[in-house]
Amino acid sequence: MTMLRHRDPPRWGDRRRPALLVRGLHLDAPLMIGIGLLCLISLVVVYSASGQDGGLIAQQLLRLLMAFMLMALIAQIPPHHLEFWAPWFYGLSLGLLFAVMLFGDEGKGAQRWLDIGGFRFQPSEMMKLALPMMVAWYFADHQLPPNKRGIAITLLLIAVPAALIARQPDLGTAMLIVAGGLSVLLLAGLRIRHIMFFVMTGAALAPLVWFNLHDYQKSRILNFLDPERDPLGTGYHIIQSKIAIGSGGLYGKGWMNGSQAQLDFLPEQSTDFIFAVLSEEFGLIGVLLLLAIYLFVISRGLYIATQAQDTFARLLAGGLILSFFVYMCINIGMVTGLLPVVGVPLPLISYGGTSMVTLMSAFGVLMSIQTHRRLVST
Amino acid sequence: MSRYRDTIRTERWRLRLVLGVMVVGAGLLTIRALYMQVLDNGFLRGQGDARHLRTVTLQAHRGMIQDRHGEPLAISTPVDSVWANPAELLAAGNKLPRLARLMNMDVQLLRLRLQQRSRREFVFLKRHINPDLARQIMALELPGVALQREYRRYYPAGEVAAHVLGFTNVDDSGQEGAELAYDRVLAGTPGRRRVIKDRYGHIVEDVEGIREPIPGSDLRLSIDRDIQYLAYRELKAAVGRFKARSGSVVVLDVRNGEVLAMVNQPSFNPNNRISLTPDKLRNRAVTDLFEPGSTIKPFTIAAALESGQYRPQSRIDTSPGQFRIGHAVIRDKHDYGVIDLTTVLQKSSNVGVSKVSLSLEPRRMWNMLSRVGFGTPTQSGLPGEMGGELSDYASWREVDRATVAYGYGLSVTPLQLARSYSILANRGHMVPVSMVPVGHVASVEQVLSSTTAQQLVAMMESVMSEGGTGTLATVAGYRVSGKTGTVQKFSGGEYSENYVALFAGIAPASNPRLVAVVVIDEPGDEEYYGGQVAAPVFSKVMAGALRIMGVSPDDVLRQEQGPAAVDGRGLMKVAAARRRPL
Repeated sequence: MTMLRHRDPPRWGDRRRPALLVRGLHLDAPLMIGIGLLCLISLVVVYSASGQDGGLIAQQLLRLLMAFMLMALIAQIPPHHLEFWAPWFYGLSLGLLFAVMLFGDEGKGAQRWLDIGGFRFQPSEMMKLALPMMVAWYFADHQLPPNKRGIAITLLLIAVPAALIARQPDLGTAMLIVAGGLSVLLLAGLRIRHIMFFVMTGAALAPLVWFNLHDYQKSRILNFLDPERDPLGTGYHIIQSKIAIGSGGLYGKGWMNGSQAQLDFLPEQSTDFIFAVLSEEFGLIGVLLLLAIYLFVISRGLYIATQAQDTFARLLAGGLILSFFVYMCINIGMVTGLLPVVGVPLPLISYGGTSMVTLMSAFGVLMSIQTHRRLVST
Repeated sequence: MSRYRDTIRTERWRLRLVLGVMVVGAGLLTIRALYMQVLDNGFLRGQGDARHLRTVTLQAHRGMIQDRHGEPLAISTPVDSVWANPAELLAAGNKLPRLARLMNMDVQLLRLRLQQRSRREFVFLKRHINPDLARQIMALELPGVALQREYRRYYPAGEVAAHVLGFTNVDDSGQEGAELAYDRVLAGTPGRRRVIKDRYGHIVEDVEGIREPIPGSDLRLSIDRDIQYLAYRELKAAVGRFKARSGSVVVLDVRNGEVLAMVNQPSFNPNNRISLTPDKLRNRAVTDLFEPGSTIKPFTIAAALESGQYRPQSRIDTSPGQFRIGHAVIRDKHDYGVIDLTTVLQKSSNVGVSKVSLSLEPRRMWNMLSRVGFGTPTQSGLPGEMGGELSDYASWREVDRATVAYGYGLSVTPLQLARSYSILANRGHMVPVSMVPVGHVASVEQVLSSTTAQQLVAMMESVMSEGGTGTLATVAGYRVSGKTGTVQKFSGGEYSENYVALFAGIAPASNPRLVAVVVIDEPGDEEYYGGQVAAPVFSKVMAGALRIMGVSPDDVLRQEQGPAAVDGRGLMKVAAARRRPL
């Protein structure tokens, strides 16, 4: 079958009801508030975790600004434009992933980066956005709920980039990509017996996956099961992290007073393990506040999905917000010792540019979907 | 346009599934956080504290050892030791070469040592370094590397008091000598302090002192530093001059048993023990046993006087200068003819004392030797002290009864010999030997009648007079009472051509105050008699000690003659001593 079919040519959406200023800018106020709060928390905690590094904060602020601009920009693009470009975007991302495999830069023992004219970026991040778009695009005018053929094609769409990323190796991102794709598939109306089938197959394939893992990946999983196995090596991170969280107590030790973080016991305290810093310094109260903001953002995203007016927008919005939820769960689960350690940042909180840009782009898409609705009078 | 309308209704259950997954996920995370932070938080909080709250041991300052006047003999000075957590340090391997260079170590060796001990959490890298080097090492900011304050022992008197003082090991605990004997007094109680440390082991904050270190007490020894120096100098000179193997000098205060000096050769520098061999380590004054030889003769005479069968004027026929007991022949150097007991001592006649001993009950002889402390350690408390051997009189054959009279068949330490002479000097009272000042001694045991003791002191003065064996032991201005000894060493089952030269003496003879014993082991074959080798050392040490202790001279006549005259007499007597040995 041909993947590219004729569609209506893209048209710019009409702006007949610019009721609010944000509406006119195609921004969504509740989402903006939620994201803004998360970014504020991020700055506060990163400042503490980095050992009061003002320069770092300035850098993060600059990145935030750029990410917000990108979000606003994407929010201007009507959903059917996105739909039109989805296959091209997916194709480009896939091509770049191949390029990384062939001549990517190495960093920290993995080949994830692509250097184009001095600008280094990770194509796997693009794929986080491109895959849900592609799957949503595919289901937009196919029979729903999907038949076996549809499921097979979707799985192929997911598997190819996931495999490319997994062999970089970047198991964490690969998992997130799979999660993003499967979210859309789930929302597309996957039957319950298919879901059961996936779970069973997954369990059956687990040993096969195990033997194809890299040694460091295996040791991460083993250390997840028993962190004391190597308390000074790979198990060290999770032990220190659990201690940090636990020692926070109900009210925490206070900002910039977390001994695990401030005395450098915590690893990657500004990035992947920032949740531990927040937990130690702000206690359970801080954690609950953070979770509440997350849930607020997620429920707003879900609402946008349910209000979306066509299949593509609905599936894309739902898939993106589900992925966001999964990111959050994986990171917090990992830091609290519920899941094995995989390199997944805490969305919008962890220090770092790439994931920030991806997430903000996704929120841009959500805002576009919300603000380009046409009022249907029935 | 139509496409925008054909939205399919997502089934209710699917929406519920998605919502359900989210609620369960968020709920799980919340419960996890609640569990870790509130319900199970004691354990993890404790673990956190365990990681950065450390209890550090604060070494207590070890007490000073002083001489009897408070002069320092052993002092502790603060130094730093570098230690590391091997696993943490190895993780930062790229700075190892610089660390190794600073510590003057081979980097491969350092890495190997760390790897071998990587399961441990504490390994000393270098101990007792100077503060400047410690600062440079800490400036490298290596993870897992930290300093520990320790104390290093310094001995100002060096080799002079090495055996008496002993030394401490690198952990500041006593290993030898007074450092070991009085370790409980000197060692303080280490303190403990709770501190916050970061991952690199640097102390970030002092939380609280759990217990302040209690410094050890200072220890004052009975040793007089000046007499110690003097004795050491004279002993070292004599051992060198006579090419002897070793030697000891002990000086006792008669009134209270205090040891004023105790020196040995060979000695070692306690401040730098790199070339220390076991041979140099021994405090020979208490560990080495030798047969006392003629220095025991006063006690044979004492037994005779106590028996009532003899008086100092009793005459003994020593002709023809030798006599036979079974296969053994007891000889004098000359045939002294019929002489009184005083002359027996003065000439050191083996035949004389043998005949005296054979005329006494063996038990009486044994009692005398035992009562003056032979066969019993002095309880000085110094490590490794020996008690000597005095076999039971029931096992003595006739020849043993004869030879024990002139000091063979039993063994003593220099300190034991000094103690036995102090009994003579102290009118028959046995005062316990002490390494620390004791002041006034309340009750003492009378082991010998006062008369006998005083008679012997007087009789032994003749040893120093014209014709005696100890003429080189005289001290200008003081009357000296003493006895020479030259012992043929018993080795490999027979008496060899090696000798021990001895002198034991008391001064001033009119009112005894000090006892000194000089032992010189295996002087060269030219001169080996106690009167030649040991007596001059005694003379110089005793002369100095009496002056240092402020003892009034009791020999105004000789004092007036001045040192030159004494030297003249001394020189004259060298020839005489050579002719009249033993």
